[in-house]
Amino acid sequence: MNLDSKIPEGPLESKWSSHKFNMKLVNPANRRKYHVIVVGSGLAGGAAAASLAEQGYNVSCFCYQDSPRRAHSIAAQGGINAAKNYQNDGDSVKRLFYDTVKGGDYRAREANVYRLAEVSSDIIDQCVAQGVPFAREYGGYLANRSFGGAQVSRTFYARGQTGQQLLLGAYAALSKQIGLGKVKMYNRHEMLDVVKVDGHAKGIIVRNMISGEISKHAGDCVVLATGGYGNVFFLSTNAQGCNVTAAYRAHKRGAGFANPCYTQIHPTCIPVHGDQQSKLTLMSESLRNDGRVWAPKDKETAKQIREGKLNANDVPEDARDYFLERKYPSFGNLAPRDISSRAAKEVCDDGRGIATTGLGVFLDFRDAIARDGKHAIEERYGNLFEMYECITGDNPYETPMMIFPAVHYTMGGLWVDYNLESTIPGMFVGGEANFSDHGANRLGASALMQGLADGYFVLPYTVGNYLGEQGVAAAGQVTTDHPAFAEVEADVKGRIDKLMSINGTESPRSFHKRLGNIVWEKCGMARSKAGLEEAIQEIQALKKEFWENVRVVGDADSLNPELERAGRVADFLEFGELMCRDALMREESCGGHFRVEHQTDDGEAKRDDENFTFAGVWEYKGDETVPALHKEPLIYENVKLVTRSYK
Amino acid sequence: MCSLCSFFKSTIGRKILMALSGLVLVLFVLGHMLGNLQIFLGAEVINAYAHKLHHVLPSSGLWAIRLFLLGTVAVHIWTAISLTLDNRKARPQGYEHDKPIQASYGARTMRMSGVILLFFILFHIAHYTARVVPSMEYGEEGVLSETMVPLVKHGEVVMKEGEPIMTFNVNDMMVQGFDVWWVSVFYIIATGLLCLHLSHGFSSMFQSVGLRNTLWRKRLDQAALVYGWVVFLGFAVIPVACLTNILEVDPTGGAAEPVAAITETLHK
Amino acid sequence: MEKTMNLTLRVWRQKNRLDVGKFVEYKLENISEDSSFLEMLDILSEQLVEGGHEPVAFDHDCREGICGMCSMTINGVPHGPEGGITACQLHMRHFHDGQIITIEPWRAKPFPVIKDLVVDRTAMDKIIQAGGFITGRAGSAVDANAMPIDKQTADYAMDAAACIGCGACVAACPNASAMLFTAAKVAHMNSLPQGKAEKNRRSLAMVTTMDGEGFGGCTNIGECEAACPKGIPLDMIAQLNRDYALAQVKNFFQPVL
Ligand SMILES: Cc1cc2nc3c(=O)[nH]c(=O)nc-3n(C[C@H](O)[C@H](O)[C@H](O)COP(=O)(O)OP(=O)(O)OC[C@H]3O[C@@H](n4cnc5c(N)ncnc54)[C@H](O)[C@@H]3O)c2cc1C
Ligand code: HEM
Ligand code: SF4
Ligand code: FES
Repeated sequence: MNLDSKIPEGPLESKWSSHKFNMKLVNPANRRKYHVIVVGSGLAGGAAAASLAEQGYNVSCFCYQDSPRRAHSIAAQGGINAAKNYQNDGDSVKRLFYDTVKGGDYRAREANVYRLAEVSSDIIDQCVAQGVPFAREYGGYLANRSFGGAQVSRTFYARGQTGQQLLLGAYAALSKQIGLGKVKMYNRHEMLDVVKVDGHAKGIIVRNMISGEISKHAGDCVVLATGGYGNVFFLSTNAQGCNVTAAYRAHKRGAGFANPCYTQIHPTCIPVHGDQQSKLTLMSESLRNDGRVWAPKDKETAKQIREGKLNANDVPEDARDYFLERKYPSFGNLAPRDISSRAAKEVCDDGRGIATTGLGVFLDFRDAIARDGKHAIEERYGNLFEMYECITGDNPYETPMMIFPAVHYTMGGLWVDYNLESTIPGMFVGGEANFSDHGANRLGASALMQGLADGYFVLPYTVGNYLGEQGVAAAGQVTTDHPAFAEVEADVKGRIDKLMSINGTESPRSFHKRLGNIVWEKCGMARSKAGLEEAIQEIQALKKEFWENVRVVGDADSLNPELERAGRVADFLEFGELMCRDALMREESCGGHFRVEHQTDDGEAKRDDENFTFAGVWEYKGDETVPALHKEPLIYENVKLVTRSYK
Repeated sequence: MCSLCSFFKSTIGRKILMALSGLVLVLFVLGHMLGNLQIFLGAEVINAYAHKLHHVLPSSGLWAIRLFLLGTVAVHIWTAISLTLDNRKARPQGYEHDKPIQASYGARTMRMSGVILLFFILFHIAHYTARVVPSMEYGEEGVLSETMVPLVKHGEVVMKEGEPIMTFNVNDMMVQGFDVWWVSVFYIIATGLLCLHLSHGFSSMFQSVGLRNTLWRKRLDQAALVYGWVVFLGFAVIPVACLTNILEVDPTGGAAEPVAAITETLHK
Repeated sequence: MEKTMNLTLRVWRQKNRLDVGKFVEYKLENISEDSSFLEMLDILSEQLVEGGHEPVAFDHDCREGICGMCSMTINGVPHGPEGGITACQLHMRHFHDGQIITIEPWRAKPFPVIKDLVVDRTAMDKIIQAGGFITGRAGSAVDANAMPIDKQTADYAMDAAACIGCGACVAACPNASAMLFTAAKVAHMNSLPQGKAEKNRRSLAMVTTMDGEGFGGCTNIGECEAACPKGIPLDMIAQLNRDYALAQVKNFFQPVL
């Protein structure tokens, strides 16, 4: 597997501009001869599809929802970072770059991160021009806030709906191009495979989710922007439909999968209430600015609270353990996500967790309300409190909130070079679906930035460069008549027939839940060698059972959510194993990946820079064969690797 | 498509026409009510008012106004019907469990109140303007007596070239008309429906032409209610007063005794 | 302790667009009051699958009230009787033991039923495609702070932009009017200085498409507003009426389309 990252020569600051200069251009009159396939209509896919169409390329865009506007980017609440330094508080491209590399625990590629920081400003300009209603100050200028423990205020936001507003901007641009006929939009179409011709990605196979029809689509290149795979855990903050299918199918066709074990667990989610739960809800991180995180000091108190015999408010001050403040005095309740999550897990493992399941800790606003008054707290968090009450039925002004960590984001993804091109030539990957610029941990408000950077400012160049390199003579030459399409189509159909014909006794959902339990327990917040080895075995067994005993009711030629889920779960099963393998391979703790064997005496993550400063890229070798590991060494020329400390 | 056609074709365009025609009707209704209420000031005043209405403009002008009002009603009805048909088409199947969330009764029954109002308007014109409602014609056959009376001002008969100016005894027409109980009841119900129609319509027309926001919506909704009730009470009080004999016929048309004598002689 | 309830569901079942469809009654037991409404439907699905029947198809994705995918009329009210939330945010604690719950798809001619509770809402996308955008080609923007926007305007635009495109307004309207949705879009874009250049075109094009897609007209009764999970107010419709009228006047004297 060729892992040439194609990082341009020259100093960090000028890599992107000189690379842009060196790229092949496509004459505007020739662009209409090309056809680009974009899978995904989130920030990355939507922005890329719109921008490529604006440039003159013909684009087909696919999404599984009923409208491109519903991609899961819509759910992001907090904000988007940009090195605008509008606050005059010392921010700069360099600082954003540095923070991102450090936040990612030194497991990201410098050149990519620098480019991300560089174009971040353009993103804000672009979004404002499109009418994204970012928060403003009375003077009319844009407002910023500090987010996720950053020491500068560089986060732009639109109430609690930043993701929705950014996505609506991209969707509007995309809609314009659909209206003009430059983009053909395929809603409710799920991509099920990639077609390669002469080694290059030249098309995809999709299923029309309404009619069940399987169709072939050919293009001059393929862009995947299909989001993250957090749903491998069954319960996560992701939307129900988020899947790994598109990425995993590409992987099986030759795209390297990088760092699948890097998953982010967000500390402030609403705890699980029972075994019928389908989804976890994120409560904005901003709550930790005023809320204090605690758990009872002793197990007996915790037990009484769990059983409803004791009210949290009646727990005296000296019986409370404000564990974040205790362990990380300088950052306190604002400690980064991975660290806060793990601390909460430790408390619960210790038997001091609350909520009926014992999997929860308190986030208490009592002191903040006493200090600033209920009104001030209402002003700041009113709608979040309402949302919490709507879900749990508890009033956070009166009883402390309960929170617990939940899977939220996946840093791993398809490996891409500097051009965002995967190891399959002609297949580009953007947004959360690629292994991205976040290393082993993502900072708050940086995923939106990355998705839009990829979509508006990187892919439109690098895709053009690829097409230019192919030459105009090649434009539109591959059609669905090429035998490769029929072959892959047959595979896809065969798989669906197989799923429909097993006729076992257990629902796809039930398998998904079981898989989720395995990976959450053994490849979640804390991972161990033994646990991961067990997990791999269990997943293999589960996979076998799935293919023998899954029951898909309904039929394949109509809308069938059961079939959709079955296909996704089948891929999650294989992918779950890969994720555990990656976690097993990475004998260190870094960012979201915590191996219990690798911690300091006081329980902090211990990196192994000497042996693991690389991206682990997996090559698919066959269903029954162990995948092959390739390494892209990460070379740090501009930042010094230090241990993250938030004490 | 020509820009005007597209305006008339659009739902918003038609709704704006409906609002504008509604506005004309709203103003007309207010004026009409204030005019009618003068009956409480005596036959003299209401008759003089009616006389003025008929003579201040040449008869072509009067007809122009009548046609304008009829045209307005026609526009109002055309928009109502065409929009209603479009709206029905847009929702061929309703909910089995159908339950309004916040829409007021008045808002939900605009079409019903509107249709009854249409019948009322037709009846009303037939009754008092054309005076062709069976059993309600003038003279022997109907309840209305022959009522040409001299025009009276400040207790004096107004004379022109030595002759008293004759005019309709509107006072008696109204009182006698409303002395028929079912006419009064229909009239009261219709003005009640008008109240209902306007409790939504008055505020709604501001919305339709885009002159309403959250702040003004509350105020306009209240104003609509007030307006609706004012119109209702203002109109309904007359038949009630007639039925309860607070208003009485006055064959002299309000002229003082001596004038009545003149009238007597004139009639001979 | 967690409370549970037994329920009777009356759910609209329809195989496909052409099928006539009918209500089918299901009994559910031991539903936790902490479950969300959609989780309750998940349980129903599992129960049906166990019996070898096809589960009830319904649209959903984010399950946190933001994607606008979930769409069902619960006891006569789109998104359910609580108000101000989406169906996925509705929790079972608002129902009681023994209750009969009627679940129907969005009803509107432009929203044909695809299956069970799933409807086709692409007509709303078409309205956006006609003009629900501010043209700003990637790369052409000036600095974001080059054009200050007073906070009141920015907040108003944000209020409008909060629409999640769920279509509950259409579903709630006895005329299946899409005015609230269209108005929210128009209000968002027309009120921002960036959106002024295309204001008249936008107002005309979006309304024309809206009518063309077969949505009904507005009768100002406000059912849409009451069903809207995002609190989009009728004000926005007033603005749409105004902007449309002004655009028509402009267009009469000097065509803008
Ligand atoms: C609750 C929540 C809150 C968040 N808050 C923040 C925040 O405050 N700040 C921040 O920076 N980031 C945040 N994030 C992360 C961020 O939102 C995402 O990482 C980012 O939006 C991903 O964008 P995307 O374009 O890569 O993918 P998505 O938006 O997930 O889009 C994926 C697209 O691919 C399509 N697709 C997927 N699979 C297929 C298939 N098989 N066939 C066809 N189409 C397919 C989907 O239909 C969709 O259109 C948050 C995430 C969550 C879950
Ligand atoms: C001739 C019989 C009438 C009919 C058939 C009729 C019918 C209607 C209908 C169907 C509506 C629309 C309601 C809606 O959109 O929900 C309406 C609105 C209205 N009507 Fe009438 N109406 C009649 C008489 C009147 C009268 C006599 C008045 C005034 C005194 C009036 C004033 C209004 C007003 C102000 C509106 C609101 C317009 C708007 O919503 O923009 N109508 N009418
Ligand atoms: S206006 Fe409200 S109800 Fe209508 S689509 Fe938007 S969010 Fe949904
Ligand atoms: S499922 Fe996304 S809003 Fe309900």
